[in-house]
Order: sequence, then C-alpha cells, then structure tokens
Amino acid sequence: MAMIRNRSRHRLVAYSLILPFVAIFALVFAYPVIEVVRMSFTDAPLIGGGEWVGFDNYTRLLSDKLFYTSLVNNGYFVLLTVIPTTVIALVIALAVNRLSGRMQALALVMFFMPYVLPVSVVTQIWAWMLDFQFGILQPVIEFFTGKPVPVFKNPFWVMPAVAVVTIWWTNGFNVLLFLAGLRNIPEELYEAAKLDGATRRQLFLRVTWPLLWPVTALVLTLQLILQLKIFDQVYLLSEGGPFNSSYVLLLMVYREAFQLNNGGYAAAISLVLFLIIVVISVLQFQILRIGGKDK
Amino acid sequence: MTRQRRFENLALTAITLLAGLIWIFPLYWAFVTSIRSENRVVSEAARLLPDELNLSSYVDALFNTSLIDWYINSIGTSVIITAVVLLTGMMCAYALSQMQFPGRRLLYGIVLASFMVPAQALVVPQFVLMNDLDLINRWGGIILPQLVVPVVIIVYKQFFDAVPKEMKEAVVLDGGGDYTLLFKVYLPLNWGITTALGIITFIMSWNAFLWPFLVVTTEDMMTIPVGITQVNDAFGVAYARIMSVALLAAAPVVIAYLIFQKRVTEAVMISSGVKG
Repeated sequence: MAMIRNRSRHRLVAYSLILPFVAIFALVFAYPVIEVVRMSFTDAPLIGGGEWVGFDNYTRLLSDKLFYTSLVNNGYFVLLTVIPTTVIALVIALAVNRLSGRMQALALVMFFMPYVLPVSVVTQIWAWMLDFQFGILQPVIEFFTGKPVPVFKNPFWVMPAVAVVTIWWTNGFNVLLFLAGLRNIPEELYEAAKLDGATRRQLFLRVTWPLLWPVTALVLTLQLILQLKIFDQVYLLSEGGPFNSSYVLLLMVYREAFQLNNGGYAAAISLVLFLIIVVISVLQFQILRIGGKDK
Repeated sequence: MTRQRRFENLALTAITLLAGLIWIFPLYWAFVTSIRSENRVVSEAARLLPDELNLSSYVDALFNTSLIDWYINSIGTSVIITAVVLLTGMMCAYALSQMQFPGRRLLYGIVLASFMVPAQALVVPQFVLMNDLDLINRWGGIILPQLVVPVVIIVYKQFFDAVPKEMKEAVVLDGGGDYTLLFKVYLPLNWGITTALGIITFIMSWNAFLWPFLVVTTEDMMTIPVGITQVNDAFGVAYARIMSVALLAAAPVVIAYLIFQKRVTEAVMISSGVKG
C-alpha cells in the first residue's frame, strides 16, 4: 500500500515538474501546429473564422507565379550562402585554431562578434556601407564594375548582396562549430603523422579533413535549414524587390497574412515551408546518425 | 623549427589578424560615422580615420526617439523569457532524466521532434492566438511564443544524465524530495551550463526580429531590433544618427558577449551538439 502511494506520489511530482513546459508548449506550439494545418484548408482572413474550402489554397498556390519565384529565390539564396559560408568558416577556424592564448581569443572575438548583433543593426550598417552615393564600399564596387551600383535596388545584385551580409552576420557560429570539431581531434594523431614525415598538406587531407567531416555535415545542414527560413534581412534590405527579385517564401507568408489579410492562403504557404524543412531535418538526422555510427 | 617555418607561422598569424580586422571593419565604420556630424558624414565619406568627436547624434538618439522605451521592452521581455525558459526547461529535463512516469518517452520524442519545426511557419496561427488572448501590443504577446526552446531541455537532460547517482543519496536519506534534489543538487552542480544557456537564450530573445515585429504595432511597445528600423523613417537619410542608434541597440549584447566570451563560445558549441 505504502509502495503504491509512494509511486503515485512520485508520478505526481514528475507531472508537476513537466507541467509548466508542457502547458506552454501545448498552447503556443502544438495548438498552432494544428491550427496552421486547419487554416490552410479555409478561406479565413487573418482574424476571424472562414469557410472550409478543401484544397483550393493549394491549387491556387500551384498556379501562383509569385510562389515559384519565391521558391526559386529561396533556392538561389541557399546556393549563395550555404557552401560559401561553410568554406569561409572552415578556413577561419583553421587559422584561428593555430593561434594560442590571448591571440586566439582576440581573433575569435573579431570573427564572432557580428553573430551577437540584432539583425536590424546588421542591415543598418550594411545599408550605410553600400549606400549608392556615400557608401564606403562603392569605390570597391566601382573598381570591379566601372560604376557605383545601388545594390539593393538592382535585380542582379540584390541576392548576392543580401548573401554577403548574411554570411558576415552568421559566419561566427559556424566558425565555433568547426573550432569545436578541431579541438576534438586528438593531438596524438598529428604527432604520429608528423613522425611519419607528413607535410602540412598531408596532415590536413589525411587527418583533419576526414575527422572534421561530421562537423562539416552538421554545419551544412544547419545552414541549409537556417537559410531557407530567411526573412529578416530581405525584408529590411530590399523588401523582396526590385521586381520580386529577392522575394522569398516567408515574405510571401507575411504579405498574404498581414498585408492582404489572406490568413488561409498564408497558412498554406507556411505549411509548404514547414514540410520542406521537416523533410530536410529528418534527412539530416539520418545522415548524422549514419555518420555517428561510422565513428 | 626552421627559419622558414617560423617566418611562415608569423605571416599566417599576421594574415589572420588582418582578416579579423577587415571582418569587424563594418562595426568600426559604424562607430566612426556615429561620432561625426551629419554634414561631415557625407562630405568626408571616404575618410577612414575618426577626425571628430561629435556626440550630438547619440544625444539625439537617446532623447528624440523612443529608444529608452525599446530598451525597457527588450530588457523586460528578454529577462522574463530567459528566466522562464531556464526554469521550465530544467524542471522538465530533470523529470525526463531522473524520474519514471507514463508518457516519459513520448514527451522526450515530442521535444526532439519540435526541434525540427520552424517557428517561423507558425506565425499566422500564433498571431491569431495572441489576438484571441488580447495580447497584441503587450509584453505577454511578445514573450509567450518565445518560451518554447527545446534545445535547453535536451542540453539539460544530457548534463543531468551525467550526474553520478551517489550525489543523490545524501539528500534522499535526509528525506529530501525531487524538488530539493533538483534545486539543491542538480542545479548547483550545473551552474556552468545554466549560465551558458542563459546567456545564449538572452541573446536570442534580445535579437528576435520576426515575431516582435508582427505582434507589436505601436512604437512604444517595440523591442530594440524592431524599433530601430523606425529611425530611418523618422530621420530620413541621417547616417550619423542611424549608426548611433544601431550601436546603442547593439551595445548590451556586445558588452554581454565581451564579458562572457568563454561561456558564449561554450554554449554555442554545446547546444549544437559538437561538444558535451
């Protein structure tokens, strides 16, 4: 009897411990997940109920040119950021890792600092640096193209420019992941390889690179997911323009829901983004698990 | 080490530091711009060195914008978010790690799965919900959707799992329950990770843009990252003032990072699973 009472007491304590999180989670996360699915099958405005319309929103989506433009731009942005930032972060991590003590701390601060800035601070600074008339970087652009370019108002330049800003802002995070990976490589491996007369290049290709591969895979997939969710920078720098050349899925969600009052349609677009990211996350999970087993 | 090797090393170090300086140049440039007068910002646009110390745009930023309101909103909401996320996270993680109850595996599965859900895809129903709860333009509306941070639970659980069972015995023999264990044993043993998670949660909520941008429409309720975008409209093209506002907005996180560098580094590494 006492045992049973003890056990149910134990359970009660356990439930009281999880309750705060579970309650918040149910309210602001689980319920909205269900709601976004339900709304996507209605013609609801942002606020207020709507009629059930079946797959109308989805068929409309399939014939919406802006949807394809956004998808392509999302893909283009991923191309412009994911691999470049991974390569840059790896190079920086290798360079910082050679340094020691204060020198390393100093270098790390310089490369990581942008990551802690609010996005709007980042976009304000870059908008100023790339200002068409007075931007400090315009002479650099002029050097390569022969004339100054209003980068955020130019369909060709806008996405690469937003990509540069994004890489500058978020790269520090990837540097840290690579640094952690480098620190996890046992020193003995290098010692042994050096005794065998390995050159620097061989050390990198035969020791560092293979052992760093799991971290590289992690960085690539995290970046892929992160960059698919781009909204802040394009909204603040170009608002999707010019001529929709930097329009992306989340911008479409924002415009449909909060400016055009099409809640149901915006929910359908959200769900597409949601599914793309969940599929990639599941794939990532599998890949990392396989990678983990190999070790 | 041969002479050539030593020279190579020196050159590499110099290049790394030079690259670092180039990397933070935008911040330096923002600072130089912020202490110039508005006229000279444009007339001397190509002068890289600071040549005057004009603080008028800082004064303008502090007193002619709602910057103070935005600070209060950002500090208030970020502190509450950080405290609630840590507290609910450690409680939930403790139960998952140290206790047996029906639904435990299911709960952990949900926590792991929610990790994959992009919060940005939920803004539409979340906005409707906040409207139903009458929380638009209120701290509650800014805070609530930011309280779900599954990674905090995952990290805490890892650390609680690693606490040796012997640590429990003394407390259990004294008749202490699980709450005593959590707050008197497990939490003190994990202060390091708690500060690390706290700092990173604070920085994340301080920097949150999309959600506060959607749920707040009146200027006095804005947080720093949303509020400073209003300055462009108010000032027009006035880069000295825009840069002053931007630097004032960034100052708290920059200072926090400089003080807690090591902890931030650690937190980023641990919460992304590359070190633990």
